[in-house]
Amino acid sequence: MSNPYAKLPGWAEYGLIPLVNLVVAFLVAGLVVLLVGENPLEAAYHMINGAFGRGEYIGFTLYYATTFIFTGLSVAVAFHAGLFNIGSEGQAYIGGIGVALACLWLDKTMPWFVVFPLAIVGSAAFGALWAFLPGWLQAKRGSHVVITTIMFNFIASSLMVYLLTRVLKPLGSMAPQTRTFEAGGQLPKLDWLMSIFGLDLGNSPFNVSFLLAILAAFGVWVLIWRTKLGYEMRTMGHSPSSARYAGIGEARITVIVMMISGGLAGLMALNPIMGEQYRMQLDFVQGAGFVGIAVALMGRSHPAGIIPAAILFGMLYQGGAEIAFEMPAISRDMIVIIQGLVILFAGALENMFRPAIGRAFASIGRRSAVAAQTRGA
Amino acid sequence: MSDIAIELRGIDKSFGLVHANKNINLTVRKGTIHGIIGENGAGKSTLMSILYGFYQADSGDIVVDGNKVTIKDPNAAIASGIGMVHQHFMLVENFTVLENVMLGAEDSQILNTSISKARVELKRLEKEYALEVNPDALIEELPVGLQQRVEILKALYRKADILILDEPTGVLTPPEADHLFRILGQLKDQGKTIIFITHKLREIMAITDEVSVMRRGEMVATRHTKETSVEELAELMVGRRVLLRVEKGAANPGEVKFAVENLTVRDGRGVTMVDNVSFNLRAGEIVGIAGVAGNGQSELLEAISGIRKAVGGTVLLNGKPIDVTGHVDPRELRDRGLAHVPEDRHHVGLVLKFEEAENGILGYHHDKRYLNGVFLNTKAIQADAEEKIKKYDIRPPNPRLKTANFSGGNQQKIVLAREMERGPDVLIIGQPTRGVDVGAIEFIHKRIIEMRDQGKAVLLVSVELDEIRALSDRIIVMFAGRVVGERDPDATEGELGLLMAGVEGRKDAAE
Repeated sequence: MSNPYAKLPGWAEYGLIPLVNLVVAFLVAGLVVLLVGENPLEAAYHMINGAFGRGEYIGFTLYYATTFIFTGLSVAVAFHAGLFNIGSEGQAYIGGIGVALACLWLDKTMPWFVVFPLAIVGSAAFGALWAFLPGWLQAKRGSHVVITTIMFNFIASSLMVYLLTRVLKPLGSMAPQTRTFEAGGQLPKLDWLMSIFGLDLGNSPFNVSFLLAILAAFGVWVLIWRTKLGYEMRTMGHSPSSARYAGIGEARITVIVMMISGGLAGLMALNPIMGEQYRMQLDFVQGAGFVGIAVALMGRSHPAGIIPAAILFGMLYQGGAEIAFEMPAISRDMIVIIQGLVILFAGALENMFRPAIGRAFASIGRRSAVAAQTRGA
Repeated sequence: MSDIAIELRGIDKSFGLVHANKNINLTVRKGTIHGIIGENGAGKSTLMSILYGFYQADSGDIVVDGNKVTIKDPNAAIASGIGMVHQHFMLVENFTVLENVMLGAEDSQILNTSISKARVELKRLEKEYALEVNPDALIEELPVGLQQRVEILKALYRKADILILDEPTGVLTPPEADHLFRILGQLKDQGKTIIFITHKLREIMAITDEVSVMRRGEMVATRHTKETSVEELAELMVGRRVLLRVEKGAANPGEVKFAVENLTVRDGRGVTMVDNVSFNLRAGEIVGIAGVAGNGQSELLEAISGIRKAVGGTVLLNGKPIDVTGHVDPRELRDRGLAHVPEDRHHVGLVLKFEEAENGILGYHHDKRYLNGVFLNTKAIQADAEEKIKKYDIRPPNPRLKTANFSGGNQQKIVLAREMERGPDVLIIGQPTRGVDVGAIEFIHKRIIEMRDQGKAVLLVSVELDEIRALSDRIIVMFAGRVVGERDPDATEGELGLLMAGVEGRKDAAE
């Protein structure tokens, strides 16, 4: 009786409700398009077509999705332990240092499959390091990670400006970025994967880090639901007092979870740095850390939900760019509005339609129960 | 004017798929005390929430004083003359009695005139109903019994003719409860109607005129209290015959397994909650700690089970010290043979969002039995859960079900199975049957006695004096953080009650 919401079947809980939220978000977005004086159906067409119309577009959508899977997993892992890591942005940014160092060191002498594992370790290590400090401060000093991770985003940003203008910039260059990597620092694209479906990748940067993202998603699932550490994390996330009772060290778990979260965020750097630009640029993260929060919320912190949610946001990014290109009256800000609406309806107002849907299910359930009784009698 | 104060006709209420109230009919006569009894989850609170306007019924009518009324919120209930005294008081702690009484019922925007008017009215009420309380005392400085009196005054101030009391004795000492019953008697004599909700059969027998029994959302019977018995009511509540007394043989205590000496514990604000407490537990005996909730029992339990740091004292487990004032790891205590069934199973003993099987290993998840290296051995965990489900008759017998979906009694069995099946030397149990249905209480009591007979040292902390008296071989009474006495289980309730109220010595008992 303490729970006013009825229990729903799994497909309604994880399928129907998110779908309804999404549809409403898009309907409201359509109204905004109308307000600007444009045709929402046309915008919808450009959005869908821009995201999935061609092999190249799909490649871009999945490229963005790769980034969001990493940051979404990063946020989700921390969520499970009851920690709100808003610092994925900064952790991904610092993770880039690990990638850049591996590439700058070995790209001329080693093939990509030697550099890649090193870059993975490097990015995860730097990301984890950047999350370790807020985690440690929370565990030992009680400084709230929400506050410290936000501050660490700014520190990361300043640090990277320093590094990219003074330390990692080649002499004589005027751009705040590293030199362009040679073949060893370039990840192969996934042409073969696309050609299985008869699609042509074109110019899109869809690369092997997507496979790493899928692997990471599986790894996170194993971690959360199949390991002792995951059990301890979930206990702490659901009920800190139960964790204390069970002898689960809050400080230890906090530090470990923040490092795992930061490591996953750090992996994100592989995708743009080794997969697209072949160099580390200023601001390469571009808000992906914050999108990760939305992705984790929408995906219910479950890897199986995070992957589709990341693809949805990849679609919004790619399809949105297409709308802005095809319909000049709609600026890029419009895309931000649509993303905001999706976050609003799928995240913040997640339960808005639940009572109605619950009632609908209850009345169907009761009717069929009555029907069964009458049949029985 | 009819002689019926409240009539409920066909009240029906569902929360999604949960049918909390099914076609409830209830008639409460004017000037009577009407008891409503039922197990947890029987729908009593829902029904009263509908009457007080917290929820709306899906169908059915409420008739107050012969008039059909719609109660859409608590204000409407107050307007209809219905007042409620909640189980957890709705008082502003740092306000005075007077301020609390007039809160939300101020006469004007200007506070001074309201206050002086309220003061006059409050004085009149105090005199009329013999409910003395200092109007200028701060709520936080009043004992619980007086706080409850303020709640009653609040309702009377709002001109309530019908008072609903939800489990009012849960927080009271026996003398305070007796006093409350006297007040209720006076209110009845003044013509007020009282609806008294409880799960304690004894209270029903003591003060009600009529009693209605609820079971699983239905109103199963209404009886004149004089014409019924405790046995009949228990049977109506549970739906089958229940044993109200536990049978147990004499204790056979052995060596001391657990010794607490001069333990002192402070809470987060630095207030001393446990004050220089000493006692010991021997193998094969049950020691009960009696006391009104909030007299340091919770802090004592937390300190000796490693959840809360103590500021002083020593504790010996199997003869070896526990570092209660330094770093204690609950895991280490478990390894050394201490098991703990915490008072609060919802927030401490269980993780409600976990599957049943996952809760079956809480605290023991380091055990190699449940692990494959760093991975959980899901098969072993599942098998272990199934075994315990069988042995403890946990229903529904589904280890994959979310723990929140089990009833209170079955949740408690999950915790008990986990802690008892480890075969600990020392078992510490807090509130073993709080929020547990009568049927499961019997089972739980039997298991506790079995543990004792197997030679375990059992510490039992409960605010249910009946439970303490039925199970314990020795009774320790706590008041204001101190041990104020030790008695045999055949000590009278009155004697224990006075100790619980902090009235020491026999000369007071003679009054």
